[in-house]
Amino acid sequence: MNDKLVINGIEFKSRLWVGTGKYKDFEETAKAIEASGADVVTVAVRRTNIFDNKSDNLLDYIDPKKFKILPNTAGCFTLEDALRYARLARETGVSDLIKIEVIGDKDTLFPDSCATLTATEILAKEGFTVLPYINDDPVMALRLVDAGAAAVMPLAAPIGSGLGIRNPYNLKIILEQAKVPIVVDAGVGTASDVAEAMELGCDAVLLNTAIAGAKDPVLMAGAMKHACIAGRMAYKAGRMPKKMYATASSPIEGML
Amino acid sequence: MCRARHSYCGSKMKLTINGNEKDVANNLTVSGLLKELEIDPARVAVEVNLAIIKKALYEQQTLSDGDSVEIVNFVGGG
Repeated sequence: MNDKLVINGIEFKSRLWVGTGKYKDFEETAKAIEASGADVVTVAVRRTNIFDNKSDNLLDYIDPKKFKILPNTAGCFTLEDALRYARLARETGVSDLIKIEVIGDKDTLFPDSCATLTATEILAKEGFTVLPYINDDPVMALRLVDAGAAAVMPLAAPIGSGLGIRNPYNLKIILEQAKVPIVVDAGVGTASDVAEAMELGCDAVLLNTAIAGAKDPVLMAGAMKHACIAGRMAYKAGRMPKKMYATASSPIEGML
Repeated sequence: MCRARHSYCGSKMKLTINGNEKDVANNLTVSGLLKELEIDPARVAVEVNLAIIKKALYEQQTLSDGDSVEIVNFVGGG
């Protein structure tokens, strides 16, 4: 079954994408990512520790030749900051991908849609492959596609909340209307949430805390991998219609 | 040239690197600064006074007294 995910000409091996935040150490990060089977990992751009330059670098544990590095603009509250972080991320020389995340509210971490749209437009023109994090807003998804987004990444629920998919109907509308790959980003809590997103027809799922915040992150990473594959297969297979009443599976004919 | 009239003018200049003040040799290049800080240029991006410096220019880009330098790399994030 040829079922490759392609975004802006880039072929992705996995439909599960994972973050690298909140782990105990780089060793656990590397083990969890390995177990997840993900070939896309998100990273954040931050100041280098200039006093302790002997400390390990994340990229020593996640080989940019093996993984697609998806830098984010997490922590940015303004358009200017998001552009600055995105351009710095690209200058490191490992990736033209950028996850645009412009936060509009510090408690919900919901995106600032206006700034996200403008950032997408500017960075797409500069040659970035722009993947914006957005609310589960179908109209915004279309605007972002017009602005040059290579994919759109609606949230399932607030970042780090683990609430799962709060509005599957909005996701369905986005899937129907936006003619780019849809990556569910944020709010996933456990394996069944990943399966649900994939069964809805989403192209990929991006998560971080659901693995890093599990009691056993490496075990949960494996669960997420299987849930993602199972959900995708179920979507491709096409589920049976739901019915109100029972239909016997065994024949009446031949009964005594 | 030092604009701040330091007592040590002529040999040292002051930079602000990632928010910390540091005295370095005059006419230090970006490349020289990274070497002094023992930072692998392949792992970072550098901004001087809000302008990103292309990696290819690290060798020739000279820093000036009072410059604000930001050196960033990737850390864990979602």
